[in-house]
Amino acid sequence: MARAATTSDAFNAVAEPRRREIIAVLARGERPVGDLVAALGATQPQVSKHLRVLREVGVVHARDEGRHRLYRLDAGALRPIHDWVKEYERLWTERFELFDDVLDDLKKEEGDGDAD
Amino acid sequence: MAMPTSGTAVLTTPADEQILITREFDAPRELVFRAYTEPDLVSRWWPGRRGEMKVCEIDLRPGGRWRYAMLAEGGFDVAFHGEYREVVPGERVVFTEIFELPDGTFSEATTNTATFVEAEGRTTLRLLTETSSREVRDMILQSGMEGGVQEGLDILEELAIGLR
Repeated sequence: MARAATTSDAFNAVAEPRRREIIAVLARGERPVGDLVAALGATQPQVSKHLRVLREVGVVHARDEGRHRLYRLDAGALRPIHDWVKEYERLWTERFELFDDVLDDLKKEEGDGDAD
Repeated sequence: MAMPTSGTAVLTTPADEQILITREFDAPRELVFRAYTEPDLVSRWWPGRRGEMKVCEIDLRPGGRWRYAMLAEGGFDVAFHGEYREVVPGERVVFTEIFELPDGTFSEATTNTATFVEAEGRTTLRLLTETSSREVRDMILQSGMEGGVQEGLDILEELAIGLR
């Protein structure tokens, strides 16, 4: 499905620790690549490579301002991942709601058996 | 449906290769244990609202095997199986779990521990899944039927606040 393809790309993009560091820095605001290089203690080619991946999946956008290229985070692109984070939990929440119904029935059964 | 909801399942990742799901139920632990281990009862909750249980085999004793299969909405089968390692009625079940992949192969086995602790008539169920690596764990979280991924990232939680 199209949705799965897109979101797994975004997932792959944030699965890499260095890229998560970039996201963390950009979460605080728009930055030139030099700031990212300094913050991560990585080389500029390394940072640029990660930025390219993040841009490809739309998590990071770039714009030129004078001589600088500024990078910013598009948190909306991370939304599907956040939803995913919750998905497995939602499955279990759903199961346990039904589990509650089963327990209600078992309690009734027991109540019928007892003289209370 | 008179009782207030006992809350949502709480999912945490205590270690890189673990998944822990915790939920409290308004029932004594014998009943929670029964609902967790008797085939006709398991069949009622395990598929969630995502399909129909087709197979629910439970041979609840050390070395005994289990297999769950459901027909998910959308027409595909979802099946898991494994073996019980330890069974303490009303208290604890340790079992392996293997996902049957659509291509006919099996996933790596995880070791799961279900513990039932009762306090004042309420029972807390803890489901701990232990995998061999963070990658396997993330795959499991990713396979939450609709493709859920728990990256377990603080950064995403932080960002989530801004996403609402």
